[in-house]
Amino acid sequence: MTMSLGPYASFIVTSYAAAGIVVALLIGWVIIDYRNQTARLRELERSGVTRRSGRSAVDTPRTTT
Amino acid sequence: MSLIDLANPTRFLALSARVLPWLAAATIILLGIGLYQSALAPDDYQQGATVKIMFIHVPNAWLSMFVWGVMSVASLGTLVWRHPLADVAAKAAAPIGASFTFLALLTGSLWGRPMWGTYWEWDARLTSVLILFLMYLGLMALWRAVEDPSRAARAAAVLTLVGALNLPIIKFSVDWWNTLHQPASVMRMGGSTLDKAFLIPLLVMAVAFTLLFVTLHLAAMRNEILRRRVRSLQMMQASRVAFSSEVGTGSRQESASKGAA
Repeated sequence: MTMSLGPYASFIVTSYAAAGIVVALLIGWVIIDYRNQTARLRELERSGVTRRSGRSAVDTPRTTT
Repeated sequence: MSLIDLANPTRFLALSARVLPWLAAATIILLGIGLYQSALAPDDYQQGATVKIMFIHVPNAWLSMFVWGVMSVASLGTLVWRHPLADVAAKAAAPIGASFTFLALLTGSLWGRPMWGTYWEWDARLTSVLILFLMYLGLMALWRAVEDPSRAARAAAVLTLVGALNLPIIKFSVDWWNTLHQPASVMRMGGSTLDKAFLIPLLVMAVAFTLLFVTLHLAAMRNEILRRRVRSLQMMQASRVAFSSEVGTGSRQESASKGAA
């Protein structure tokens, strides 16, 4: 089954492509930012700087619920 | 885990780590269903196939206002309850809200050209949404410009609550003024005027984009908490370096004075 988009196909395709690109950029930004922050935290911990609680700043505790 | 427990950033990180994979999976599935239904939706008798732009334009337009609403509630949390995650939530939401608003403007413009004969018109709805987009950018600039996060949080919270006045203006602009933009056809008194063939894919896409926002927001909040930890550890490191250099200078001066005596 083929989908016919009529004479304004370029407007429709551009809209969906733009949405796809922006959503992909958002996902990429979130993933790269997470990697950057965890890398910086690990680097700080390796250099001997730790939180006052003594817990790792990167790892998260297990929930008990 | 109660709601109060989530005030603890460490517990929030644990919860987000558990919830994010499920949210991401649900978002992908729902987006897939929504896109499939949008592709199969019939052409509109007036607009033809361009009605398909509605399935991404409307969810983005809804979310552009919804995200500002979320940021407004978070701002109340910052100013009234001083909730530790309130500013984190508002700051993390801003770039996502700005992206949705940009998409609403862009897809609306691409829909307007074939339907209205113009990409842009300075009418009430389009202009008020453009103002919303500029306010998102302004808020993001404010957070970056102020070095101290707590000062930035209060200033941003006040600006967000003032900016919330724009939301009813956007919503009712099509009723209060003459605009090219059509009046509300889904959320209106007397029910939706859309046929089910369009309404169902639209609602599925709206829920999918809302889930996408929740997923991205939780992930961005997690990143913001980690960023603040990096900052506090870096400050701790800098103060240690300053303290040790002071101690070093002090002991050198002491030994120098002993030697001179």
